[in-house]
Amino acid sequence: MNFPFGRLEWSDLKPVHLFTHEFSIDNLVGSGAAWMVVIGALAVAVLLTVMGRWGWLWREWLTSVDHKKIGIMYMVLGFVMFARGVAEGMAMRAHQTTALNGGVLSEEHWAELFSTHGTIMIFFVAMPFITGFMNYLIPLQIGARDMAFPVLNQISLGLTATGAALCMISLVVGKFQIGGWTAYPPFTGSTFDPGPGPDYWIWAIALSGFGSMFSGLNFSVTIYKMRAPGMTYMRMPVFVWTALCTSILLVFALPPLTVAAFMQALDRTLGFHFFTNDLGGNMMNYANLFWMFGHPEVYILVLPAYGIFSELTSTFAAKRLYGYTSLVLATMSISVISFCVWLHHFFTMGNSATINVAFGIATGIIAIPTGVKVYVWMATLWRGRIRMTTPMIYMTGFFMLFVIGGLSGMILANPAINWQVHNTQFIVAHFHNVLLPGLLFGVFAGIHIWFPKAFGFRLHETAGQVTAILWIVGFSLTFLPLYFVGLMGYPRRSSGFEDPALLPYMYLTLFGALLIGCALLGLIATLWISIRQRDKLAVPLGDPWDGRTLEWATPAPPPPWNFAVIPHIAERDAFAREKVDGKPFVQPPDYKDIHLPRNTSAGMIMFIATTAFGFGVTWWMWWLVILSVLVVVGWFFVTSFIEHDEVTIPAAEVRRHHNAWIEAISLATPVTRDHETDSRNRGLADTDMVVAS
Amino acid sequence: MSDTATTNENLHPGMNLGYSGDAEHAEVTVFGFWTFLMSDLVTFGIVFAIFATMKDATAGGPGPAEVTNLTSIAMQTALLLGSSFAFSWASLSMKYHDIIWRTLGWLAIAATSALGFLMLELYDFYHMIKEGAVPQRSGFLSALWALVGLHGLHVAGGLLWMAAMTGQILKFGLTDQIKSRITRMGLYWHFLDLVWVGIFSMVYLAGVA
Amino acid sequence: MTPDTRSRLARRSAAAGLCLMTILVAGPLAADPSGFLHPLGPIAEIQRTELVWATVAVMVAILPVLLGTPFIMWRYRRTNTKATYRPQWHFDTWLEVGMWGLPIVIVAFLGIWLAQATFRIDPYRTIDAKMAEELNIELAGPQVDMDVVGLDWKWLFLYPDQGVASMGEMVMPVGHPVAMRLTTDTVMQAFLVPRIGGQIYAMPRMATRLNLIADREGRTEAINTQYTGLGMSGQRAEVRAVSPGAYRSWISRAQEGPVLDDETYAIIAQSGSVADAREALGLDGTTPILFRLEATDIFDRVIDRYQNPEGVARDAQPGSPTYNLSSGVLPEADQ
Repeated sequence: MNFPFGRLEWSDLKPVHLFTHEFSIDNLVGSGAAWMVVIGALAVAVLLTVMGRWGWLWREWLTSVDHKKIGIMYMVLGFVMFARGVAEGMAMRAHQTTALNGGVLSEEHWAELFSTHGTIMIFFVAMPFITGFMNYLIPLQIGARDMAFPVLNQISLGLTATGAALCMISLVVGKFQIGGWTAYPPFTGSTFDPGPGPDYWIWAIALSGFGSMFSGLNFSVTIYKMRAPGMTYMRMPVFVWTALCTSILLVFALPPLTVAAFMQALDRTLGFHFFTNDLGGNMMNYANLFWMFGHPEVYILVLPAYGIFSELTSTFAAKRLYGYTSLVLATMSISVISFCVWLHHFFTMGNSATINVAFGIATGIIAIPTGVKVYVWMATLWRGRIRMTTPMIYMTGFFMLFVIGGLSGMILANPAINWQVHNTQFIVAHFHNVLLPGLLFGVFAGIHIWFPKAFGFRLHETAGQVTAILWIVGFSLTFLPLYFVGLMGYPRRSSGFEDPALLPYMYLTLFGALLIGCALLGLIATLWISIRQRDKLAVPLGDPWDGRTLEWATPAPPPPWNFAVIPHIAERDAFAREKVDGKPFVQPPDYKDIHLPRNTSAGMIMFIATTAFGFGVTWWMWWLVILSVLVVVGWFFVTSFIEHDEVTIPAAEVRRHHNAWIEAISLATPVTRDHETDSRNRGLADTDMVVAS
Repeated sequence: MSDTATTNENLHPGMNLGYSGDAEHAEVTVFGFWTFLMSDLVTFGIVFAIFATMKDATAGGPGPAEVTNLTSIAMQTALLLGSSFAFSWASLSMKYHDIIWRTLGWLAIAATSALGFLMLELYDFYHMIKEGAVPQRSGFLSALWALVGLHGLHVAGGLLWMAAMTGQILKFGLTDQIKSRITRMGLYWHFLDLVWVGIFSMVYLAGVA
Repeated sequence: MTPDTRSRLARRSAAAGLCLMTILVAGPLAADPSGFLHPLGPIAEIQRTELVWATVAVMVAILPVLLGTPFIMWRYRRTNTKATYRPQWHFDTWLEVGMWGLPIVIVAFLGIWLAQATFRIDPYRTIDAKMAEELNIELAGPQVDMDVVGLDWKWLFLYPDQGVASMGEMVMPVGHPVAMRLTTDTVMQAFLVPRIGGQIYAMPRMATRLNLIADREGRTEAINTQYTGLGMSGQRAEVRAVSPGAYRSWISRAQEGPVLDDETYAIIAQSGSVADAREALGLDGTTPILFRLEATDIFDRVIDRYQNPEGVARDAQPGSPTYNLSSGVLPEADQ
């Protein structure tokens, strides 16, 4: 079989395995997952057809260049992949619990699981989540109408979706690579793995990497150039600061990953010798490139979450943020130092002691600003009036657990100890300890805070609280025991073990994993309950949490143009000050026409073409590769000849919309924080801060 | 941003955009393009670094001296620098004259010159293949081909862009948007020169020294 | 949930959590010894000490958070109207000094410690009399040179001076420094003997070094912590630190084993466990395998294999799915 299918064979179609292969749990899980992807995709298609929603989906979402909708689509993409990632995590825990002399899954399936789980969770869950938040919030918080480059923004989303799509396709056609999310050669080189797996990984990473780089570019230019008048750097909300640092990191940290992926692709596809065993190849270069990206990546992910935590401490403690300048300095120093520590991922490579020491100390230094941040948040809570709402529960969990992650981080920074725990379950425990409480809890807390802004109704509070507690307990039981498993010398990625002393830990982590599964269901249930009760939970007036930053001074959901009139900013937390002074929501003297970019199918074209490209290279369908390259290049060529027209919103329409909202506000009674979580809260806040100042 | 609206005339004097909101818009796009170039520079920097680590990984195959044809490299350098020089004239004529033919003429010279560069580069590659200096031969050659090839691809992409720009100038004339695009194209073109100077000195001159 | 039941719930879960933590912490210390918390030598002992002190030092920074957070959350809950409320307070010079100062001081301490420890037990550092003095141990005898070749999925330990090799077990005399060179004849691996010291990567075409010493008798395992494929989790070798006498008799036992010639090497280099290799060689009994060495340059020739200017064909690379015995024979040593 050659043209048109390249090296693709019938036996590569995994759904068929259920019938052609001997029955086993392993086969059931593998083929079943493939079926789930197929059936899930079909179900969505059927549902859309039955409801007649294709046109709506295309016009309102897929071709939209509105940063708010793009942000929401990133979150949806993240959630779909998250569900897969959690399921894989649970399957892995189930395997490892039974892995004393065996395990329920085959070795190969196990290896595929830890590789896809890592790849998906970092690149197609964590990255879309933070990109989604930055998309939604940056323009709203700096007082802009959209991103600097709205079309590019949509293309970035398309490229991220390409990566996710290739991961999903690998579940159905062929298989994913088995070398872990880091995919170290030469194990993933063509000599040792000639199959399609590593190619799927390479193209999922490389193509979505372009998307991330362009997102970083777009966000940083937006923050530098599109701020509302008076929004000086030191008046920006802390989330915007963290977003700025993350964007700068994206611009500078993605190239090493892209280069590494492309070199690996050249090795595999064209027989180059960058990372091979023979003819002068050098796998150490790969490790360096990967972690030159990989370490900043950690901060790319966690900094925006820090931003969310900063916003929520001051909001839910009803208090000005303590130590703004320190926080900004700490964020900036973290992003600079994050480029100087990558070698701590391989203290074991045989570097000279001096080099190991230098990078060990640099790693220690990065803990200083991180520590400062935690203290700053504590000082913000100090002498506040804390409301223990869902985001605050996540925040508490984050506080208590993240410092443990910091402790293990400092342990790992010491090369002398690192030589013992490197590549063991200790590492697994450490990075889950940093990324779950640090990033995921921040994301979930953020969703609770900004969901009402995006959709006009709050999420159900009790359901949210139960879910939050499930996450905290589930995380602790799953991952804290792994520290001890690691200290006992159990390597990471190892499919089995021989020491029965590990069993109690394994049962504990399996129990924790089940709780995490429940927590995932809890998230879905929260959403479900909230949608059912959306009228009771509605907050159309836009400020359900007594917010402090600009986005709360808009209706919920905000209009496509965000602000009727671009606000003038006089100080930090201007909206909070206006509320204290008792004069928020001033009518602007006059309105102007608003110009917004028109919808485009650019993102979808890029998505389809680049997915075809990745699939084509993976399976050696060269006609498809050439065709997709022509489509991409041709699209850019042709559209450059089309003048971009804009949609104009007439001033009268803006005035009508704005007046309706202002009028609704004047009719409503502000609610005190006592009724924040009941149905009296329609989004007009009676601030606690008035009482005391 | 808007509180600097009064100082718009200071933005991008090289484009001579006048005093409309376009200057503001050009500021955003040009700044964005600088950011892209920074990222691209990191990419090149990393490929340079990889090349530096693989310089001695010839694995008994052809080394730097065998694959360097200094005459051809000197001509390539002259052509590429000449192309950049012609582009500068295109930018200047765009600023001072509204006659599109003058700009187009300089663009044509820049493009021809760059095409010559690419031809010579391909000719060098052809010779290397004939002598067995293919990228599959050694780590050193892999890195060399990747570095020079990456730059060559950038130049080829630039030529495509230049073709598109020519068409756009013919279609739209020298509008503010076109001026902004030509400015960005210029940044890109001079940037590629800078990278070539790096390749020229680090790969070829240092190679034969 | 009323606040009352809520706080009772919180207390109970805190107590349960505390019990759990005790069990978890006690586990690795009390369980059947594995891991560097039960050292067999001074290097792992230093690593354990470092772990303890790093934990203590960082605790200084994080205890205020672990204790302060619940306190603040409780004390400044919204319903507690007696607590002070300062919504505009946002800066205090001395607090800033403390916030930045405390982590800086702790990191400075940790930095000094980690530098000392890293230089002291650098895997590349030869264990000589001076180092022995620093480690506070007596050297019982001369250094044992050992070459380690990582294969899929077992280690081959070569003792060139003694003319023996072993697979599936490694024996070292107590009190003698062991100086290893490591490489692999497949993908990259990572070598770790948790109770004695490590770890270091082993990479094809390159030799890395690791110096180890045991100061008491005992058994433990050498493991590969780098994922190298389907049999990776089984890549363990028993490591025994024994008296010099027992070591000598082990050597002489090994000298009676089959010869490790090129043909035998090509066979054992195939992917598989030690047991698989034993079967492929047609040997009875169970793991491990002891060999007699005639040529002592196997390690160098493994490295040379990948420096061949013609490259190494896929089927000549052990670990590749297409590896075949006839093309996989090690190249001749180039003299």
